[in-house]
Amino acid sequence: MNSGHILSAFDTDLERIQSHMLRMGGLVETALHDAMTALEKGDLELAAKVRSEDQAIDDLEEEIRQEVERVIALRSPTAGDLRTVLSVLTMASTLERCGDYARNMAKRTFVLEEFRYSSTLNGTLRRMSRVVETMLTDALDAYVDRDMAKAEDVIERDFEADQIYNSLFRELLTHMMEDPRTIAPAMHLHFIAKNIERVGDHATNLAEQAIYLVTGSFPSDDRPKQDVTTVNLTELRDG
Amino acid sequence: METAAETAAPKITAKNVDVFYADTQALHNVSVDIPDRQVTAFIGPSGCGKSTFLRCINRMNDTIPICRVSGDITLDGQDIYDPNVDPVQLRAQVGMVFQKPNPFPKSIFDNVAYGPRIHGLSKDRAELEGIVEKALRRAALWDEVKDRLDTPGTGLSGGQQQRLCIARAIATRPEVLLMDEPCSALDPIATAQIEELIQDLSSRFSVVIVTHSMQQAARVSQRTAFFHLGNLVEFGNTDDIFTRPSDSRTEAYITGRIG
Repeated sequence: MNSGHILSAFDTDLERIQSHMLRMGGLVETALHDAMTALEKGDLELAAKVRSEDQAIDDLEEEIRQEVERVIALRSPTAGDLRTVLSVLTMASTLERCGDYARNMAKRTFVLEEFRYSSTLNGTLRRMSRVVETMLTDALDAYVDRDMAKAEDVIERDFEADQIYNSLFRELLTHMMEDPRTIAPAMHLHFIAKNIERVGDHATNLAEQAIYLVTGSFPSDDRPKQDVTTVNLTELRDG
Repeated sequence: METAAETAAPKITAKNVDVFYADTQALHNVSVDIPDRQVTAFIGPSGCGKSTFLRCINRMNDTIPICRVSGDITLDGQDIYDPNVDPVQLRAQVGMVFQKPNPFPKSIFDNVAYGPRIHGLSKDRAELEGIVEKALRRAALWDEVKDRLDTPGTGLSGGQQQRLCIARAIATRPEVLLMDEPCSALDPIATAQIEELIQDLSSRFSVVIVTHSMQQAARVSQRTAFFHLGNLVEFGNTDDIFTRPSDSRTEAYITGRIG
């Protein structure tokens, strides 16, 4: 049912929480993109901006939490309305985490600059970041358009992000074994890669919320776990 | 709880029930199985037919000359519209509580004793007193009225009067209790007391409640039926009706989009 509520203030409330959540989504997209650009170009000014602007994302999450609390208390939402409210709450908290990952990337960019560690891995990181940024954007679009096919597609694409991460992990490990002086910067780069990979997982969660919003249930979790680095580590040590 | 309802035989079964008031059709082909020892809620906008259907279950519509009921309604497999069925006897089996508390202008004791007396359920005064006390206890009213059983029932508060009417309805040991918006004239505290009582009573009887408060249906019932324009649109587990209704009209109604 797309028609409005008899009580139009209820519609206004639901629209407001959704638009705030989507605004958060926009800020997170920018933060992730800027964090990656700052890393790639060694642009500390941009990195500083990412760090300071995370506060706005956190504030929006708190605002959404308060509004959701109010909607539940005053409107007693049911069925599709309840799912809207619950999905907004979950997605806001997911986006807040993604913002933290971007901020953490920016923070590590400062440290990496001190090491003057020129890495050949920035291209791979950029590629992974691009995959994840698109996943994030598509997950939010799937939510807005109630587009199930797009949401399913986002979930599928997490595989790609995981694969890039796995190969980065292996490469970083090799660097560290070859030259122990690279251990500190390589560890930081690894955390950055892991952050981006985590944003991909969260984009998958956002897509699942879009599916839940429309269908009332979550897609079955039959995807195999793609982070195989725990296995790789054993292989490398034994091999 | 739901699985028990699905496996156990239904207490009341309605098949293809149509109801007309003169030439106006109020109910269209309603078929439903109402489980025993559970609360079933009927919801829907005014004029949707939910009260009309409730009143079919104890033949209250017989009292309306222009009303005509067709189809089958059975109680434990017995056709309640069979010519051999005495409607007065049926109403002792299928008790009813109305929107507005309607105690008789008699003492509290006589209100509750009325049904057992006319149905000859007690052989002496002592037994009758026992029946009255038990009914008042089950209606969660005994402690409030035990010292003034000879005072008029109309002197009680609204919530107490409604519990008195429930005590009166259950004194004849019915198998089914029909409630037509039993809380609409009550304040929130009295409403909560009646709702608590409904939960309690459903361990003994099949309870069917018509309510305009969707939150009340959600709070007290295990099964919910949604009526709209004389049709039974959806009947299912209350949990599902309020989270994932399968019909878009049900969703529109419970989320406040149609009235």
